[in-house]
Amino acid sequence: MSILIDERTTFIVQGITGREAVNLTRECLDYGKGAQIVGGVTPGRRGREVHGVPVFDTVEQVVAHHGSPIDGSVVTVPPAFTRDAVFEAIEAGIKLIVIVTERIPRGDVAQMVELATLRGARIIGPNCLGIIVPDVIKMGGIGGPARNAAQAYTPGPIGVISRSGGMTTEMSSTLSAAGLGQSTAVSIGGDAIIGSTYAELMPLFAADPQTEGIVIYSEPGGRMEAQLAEWVVANGDPLPIVAFMAGRFMDEMPGMSFGHAGTIVEGKEDTTAEKIARLQAAGIAVAERIEDIPEMLRELLSQRQRSALAAAGSSTEGSA
Amino acid sequence: MRFFEYEAREIVRRAGIPVTDFGFAKTPAEAREIAQRIGGPVVIKSQVLSGGRMKAGGVRFADSPEEAEAHAQAILALEIGGHMPRGVLVDPKAEVEQEYYAGVVWDGTRKLPVMIFSPVGGIDIEQVAAEQPEQVGRRHISTILPLSDFAAKETIARAGVSGGELTKIVPILRRLAELFLRYDMTLAEINPLGRLPDGSFVALDAHMEIENEARGRQRELLLELGVDPTETRQAREATPFEIAGEEVDSSDHRGVAGNVTEFDGNLGLVIGAGGGSLTLFDAVRAHGGRPANYCEIGGNPSVRKAAGLAKLVLSKPGVERIAVMMSIVSNTRVDIVARGVIKACLELGYDPAEKIAFFRIPGAWEEEGFKILQKYGIDYADRSVSLNEAARRAVEKIQGANEEAVR
Amino acid sequence: MRVDGTFIAVEVSEQAAADQELARRLAEVCPVDIFRLRTAAAESGGSADALEIVAENVDECVLCRLCLDTAPAGAVKVIKLYDNEALLA
Repeated sequence: MSILIDERTTFIVQGITGREAVNLTRECLDYGKGAQIVGGVTPGRRGREVHGVPVFDTVEQVVAHHGSPIDGSVVTVPPAFTRDAVFEAIEAGIKLIVIVTERIPRGDVAQMVELATLRGARIIGPNCLGIIVPDVIKMGGIGGPARNAAQAYTPGPIGVISRSGGMTTEMSSTLSAAGLGQSTAVSIGGDAIIGSTYAELMPLFAADPQTEGIVIYSEPGGRMEAQLAEWVVANGDPLPIVAFMAGRFMDEMPGMSFGHAGTIVEGKEDTTAEKIARLQAAGIAVAERIEDIPEMLRELLSQRQRSALAAAGSSTEGSA
Repeated sequence: MRFFEYEAREIVRRAGIPVTDFGFAKTPAEAREIAQRIGGPVVIKSQVLSGGRMKAGGVRFADSPEEAEAHAQAILALEIGGHMPRGVLVDPKAEVEQEYYAGVVWDGTRKLPVMIFSPVGGIDIEQVAAEQPEQVGRRHISTILPLSDFAAKETIARAGVSGGELTKIVPILRRLAELFLRYDMTLAEINPLGRLPDGSFVALDAHMEIENEARGRQRELLLELGVDPTETRQAREATPFEIAGEEVDSSDHRGVAGNVTEFDGNLGLVIGAGGGSLTLFDAVRAHGGRPANYCEIGGNPSVRKAAGLAKLVLSKPGVERIAVMMSIVSNTRVDIVARGVIKACLELGYDPAEKIAFFRIPGAWEEEGFKILQKYGIDYADRSVSLNEAARRAVEKIQGANEEAVR
Repeated sequence: MRVDGTFIAVEVSEQAAADQELARRLAEVCPVDIFRLRTAAAESGGSADALEIVAENVDECVLCRLCLDTAPAGAVKVIKLYDNEALLA
């Protein structure tokens, strides 16, 4: 099993004739079992094809052409047009929207998220690379060309959630090399406001029978990590989590932003030191180095296994 | 990007919120003229983008235009927090009965703006929230529904304020929220908001920050405020090295070689991708390395651009070697970056094998990239060597070289 | 004609270089502008070639093979100088 997408997922690409979109369309078609990209949208380009995917002027036309509801959309239009494209997708009944575009002002992102919430849709991103279910499907540029993605991602029990697209692949590759495959890896985006945070994806991973542990990549800025810590405490710590925290040097440089727009330290809770303390207080393991993650995860997994066995043992004794 | 107080107050005024009859002066003579026009006691405030103006002596009171001129002269020459003032703000000294706080900020968790109000103003709102939480009202507002007075009313009422004050502050808070959304602010704060003896309210100071990503579409506002489009107003001014970095990035539209930031070490970094750069910079420092710079390569830059960045870093005084490292790439190409950094060495008359301490970029086109690195005898690694280990090797090499030199 | 960069060399046969139509197509397909139509001024210098190889762009070659696909077999050669002069096939 996986979260968010599987081999039956249908999606469209908005802005499909753009340079990056043409590449990611190819990559998604080639990867795993081959994505079902049922159409693309670029206003004024109806009638064209991109790698065999028919292009339309509006999302409404793609839905009509497909003849049944479409699950998702990858949005790769310029920042000034993104809100309109996302509104269009949501109003056409699409429930999963991956926004690749970066440099979208927060006001626009908040509007997209608010409408999505009203309509029961979910947004991943903006400023993200999308979602990958190893050997099955990828939705977005995550992992790059099919051949490269196959080299880094392998199927298995670990869910990956990352604020950096590139680091999603780096961490998954490290896990794969250590024999720990991934159930689903999600690049959630590097902006200050994003559609789906760690804590908002955790219930999905917790409900997924394949997922046994979680790895997150995190950075300075925002209180997403604090929110995750609160979620873990409130929900009885259903899955072991190992976090990696980058950008520790930024604690000495308040007001500066490196890496992603969302890394700017605006509040007291935003520093890496503060985040690490909160994560650890909630029982989340924080890795100093990426290569330490597989071992830490294995240890946590076997600890849980032991305590589950012990619990099963004691309950048997009790009934006897 | 932060606004100076005089700009923030102008934004408040445009939103229809009452402000004092302030003026902005760049010279002592201008300050005197404004004081004369105001015709009474005034406050002279340094216009710098740093806190602690009061403590540093950047805020002074004057009873006459002559005194205003003298204070302006002193303040204009006063450096505060490493910044020289842009000018001074000359403000009528108001008789204030009570100071309040009104603000709007983003809540990243709820993904909505939040209005904040308190009858305790003039001090840091975080302090009020910690010490007198019942005196702070908060309320989230929609970004897609029209802004309505009731939201402001609820926020103010939640802070325990009622009566004539409540009804008079409602339009002020609503307008503050409107300007926050209309102008893509990340912070819009009136602190203090003063109640005058006649019962009216006036903004006595304002803090505004606009989102960098929205500067393009807020061009008109910025133009009218006289903000130079090239001003970054980062926490620290860009150095010539950083400006040269921006020039390299804008020299060619393909890919990114950006966010070049100067540090004072001896190991030049040609590092990449947002998250990868953060991870690598930490790793270099964790191993005792002294980075000469931070940067982010991404989006598949041209050979020329990669070379331009590497040359810039290699030419920085104090840089002994460079480390070329990225997290696994899928869009940026290993071979193109390899060509770029080697070309930079050759064009500067260096042996690439000597100058490139370590190269670790796995991923797209790595087979071709590794052939190039082999040909020039450069020490490199594939993905089996972690980012951390790559950083360690780079640091070890530069420190090893220094130890030899000492011997 | 052959132009060598640091990493890449590009060679175009005499015959292909003189072909106006081929030159136009090569200039069009190359994503990094390695090929350029010769200007009239340059032609008055006495060269018969229709095509020019832009020396400063040769190292930008992304090994996309579009020029090889455009020209008749063997007319254009892309040579990897870092790989014992291996030809891009």
